[in-house]
Amino acid sequence: MQAERSNMTLVDVSNRKPRSLSQLWESSSKLVLLLPAILVVLVLSIFPLIVSLFLSFTRIQLVRGGFNVTFLGLGNYQKLLAGTEQRHFLGKLGEPSLAQWALLAAFLAVMLWMLTQYARSPGWRIFGLVMRTLAIALAVGLFALTVFTLAEGGLPGTLVVTLIFVFTGVFFQYLIGLGLALLVTQNLRGKRFFRVVFLMPMMITPVGIGFLFRMMVDTGKGPFAPVWNFLGLQSISWVDTPSGARAAVMIGDIWQWTPFMFIILLAALEGTSREQIEAALVDGANRWKMFRYIILPQIAPVSITVILIRIIEGFKIIDMAQILTGGGPGTATESMTLYAYNAWRTQDFGVSSAIGYILLFIVTFIAMVIVNIIRPRVVERL
Amino acid sequence: MLTRFFKAPNPFDPSPGTKMFSYLILGFWSFVVIFPFYWLLVTAFKLPVDVSSGPKYIPFVDYQPSLHAFQELLWESGNLVTRPYTNTVIVGLNSAICAVVLGAMAAYALIRFDYRPKPGLVVTFIGCVVLSIGLIALGVAWQIAVLVAIAVFLLLAQTIGKRFKGTMGNNDIFFWLVSQRMLPPVAVIIPIYILFQRFGLLNTHAALIITYTAINIPIAVWFLRDYFQAIPLELEESAFIDGASRWQVLTRIVLPLAVPGLIATFLIVLVFTWNEYTLGLFLSGADTQTMPPFVSAQNATRGPQWWNISVLVLLMVAPLIGLAIALERYITKGILVGAVKG
Repeated sequence: MQAERSNMTLVDVSNRKPRSLSQLWESSSKLVLLLPAILVVLVLSIFPLIVSLFLSFTRIQLVRGGFNVTFLGLGNYQKLLAGTEQRHFLGKLGEPSLAQWALLAAFLAVMLWMLTQYARSPGWRIFGLVMRTLAIALAVGLFALTVFTLAEGGLPGTLVVTLIFVFTGVFFQYLIGLGLALLVTQNLRGKRFFRVVFLMPMMITPVGIGFLFRMMVDTGKGPFAPVWNFLGLQSISWVDTPSGARAAVMIGDIWQWTPFMFIILLAALEGTSREQIEAALVDGANRWKMFRYIILPQIAPVSITVILIRIIEGFKIIDMAQILTGGGPGTATESMTLYAYNAWRTQDFGVSSAIGYILLFIVTFIAMVIVNIIRPRVVERL
Repeated sequence: MLTRFFKAPNPFDPSPGTKMFSYLILGFWSFVVIFPFYWLLVTAFKLPVDVSSGPKYIPFVDYQPSLHAFQELLWESGNLVTRPYTNTVIVGLNSAICAVVLGAMAAYALIRFDYRPKPGLVVTFIGCVVLSIGLIALGVAWQIAVLVAIAVFLLLAQTIGKRFKGTMGNNDIFFWLVSQRMLPPVAVIIPIYILFQRFGLLNTHAALIITYTAINIPIAVWFLRDYFQAIPLELEESAFIDGASRWQVLTRIVLPLAVPGLIATFLIVLVFTWNEYTLGLFLSGADTQTMPPFVSAQNATRGPQWWNISVLVLLMVAPLIGLAIALERYITKGILVGAVKG
């Protein structure tokens, strides 16, 4: 990057004094090229963010000829996190089994171990330690909430449902996408065919996929009805049980977004250096070693970026759940975005904005952890 | 014959066993991908009775295909379907082109120029943008609001702009742009709605085009930055030595070389806008409704009519798949993720 910068000054003519019209263009091109994009994004992000923040502190009531704004302070947030909407948003805690307690303890132990590792490393700083402690506290909090609400007698709220959708979905999308990309990079006949076919699910609108999978999981008249009949399950509907409904939404999501992972990882794999792989083949490295020590380190940065993008996009899931299950049964498949949309529909703009803000906070937090903590570690270690 | 015999085997050719295994897995996933498409296709040609009487798989064998659903939606319903469809085409193409053009400009600028904005200046600038939008939202004429904001910016830039120390670099700008993708639509949709209402843009194509352009610029910049980075700098340098201007270098050297990247980015951005649901639902009225909200509304009226929904989804996805097949060689060449930089 540094070397590139010094090269750049060679062609950077923007500092010369303008003498003619073409030179004026020359000198202003630096700003003319960048500013339009910045301005469009800025106008549609900064201002709405500020207004939304304000809205999340208020209650708006539509009245004849306008609206009444009542300032509530943190009232909407309190309602979601501790008040009447708590059960809907966070869920109801259950009694975890022994295995679930063990899982929780293991997660906590791993997190604390990572923290001590950092504190012992020579490059540690107070700021880094404080940020990591906060990150771990929040991660453990979200994980504990997930375990407790999924336990016996518990009821997961929209926050937990969204987290399950995002992380399960991204996990499978990455694994399947990487596996397919690895297979397609081989010298096989019909590579082009697989490339185009594997890309196809990305082209359907999520609304369409919602309908499509509603047909697919129909145990009575769907294409797999004979299978359900054979298993004696024809009268059971997927979308009537919480876990079945969640599975249906996640399968739809995985089906749609595996192509995105696939195409990016394929590009990354085809960009890996062939000399190294050839050298390793001559040395007689086996498949696993080749993948682990030569291919994986080269695609790790891209992998992190594409996982980050899918996590960010995954949190916005609404259409699939709305069409496929309508958020039901109960609120078993209601994502945060769908919850906010429902609040907006009932003209509860304050709560809707508050949900949006909590979502933004969680997404930003996860993205920052990935960019600042996980990414450097993974790139350095592999 | 002899040369073939003596030629060393290509180390990248998989062994027969691996080949079998690969084809098995790839074939299985192809089935997983294609079967729902197949089901969509056969359902589109079914009569209501063929759907309700249980699964029918093969046209002409299990049931007699009919154009009933196509006829009902395309010929007998007036512009019920054609209107949202034209809206989707207009909005999708326009915003994809805008996002790719603006994204390409920004991506190129972030690669080739050195930006060192002062934080104070950035804060002032953002403050003035907010000020002007706020004034417009309050009902001030936009010409006045923009003039006021520029005046305030010029005044403050001299004082606050130079106060803060430290500089930001190209990477900060890049990360800020990409991070804008993090905003969940629900967090910003109500103010955007109010904003477009004030501008009188509500229920117009422009509102959707502007919004979709803004949400897709980050993706375009992310893809194209890697692509421009791969274009050798020497080419541009030699052109500058020969006396070419920045504009000539851009249009004659950089853009022609970047065509695969531009096409791949265009296709991905087009897919995103074409299929976008949430913002389309909030921002479009009866005249500008796009296809996704329209398809979703099919559910509400008389229960899911699978034959009609299949036709609509098929109509939506057909042009995209056609484009993907036509542009296949650009897609695979056009996505160039810097393997080292990510």
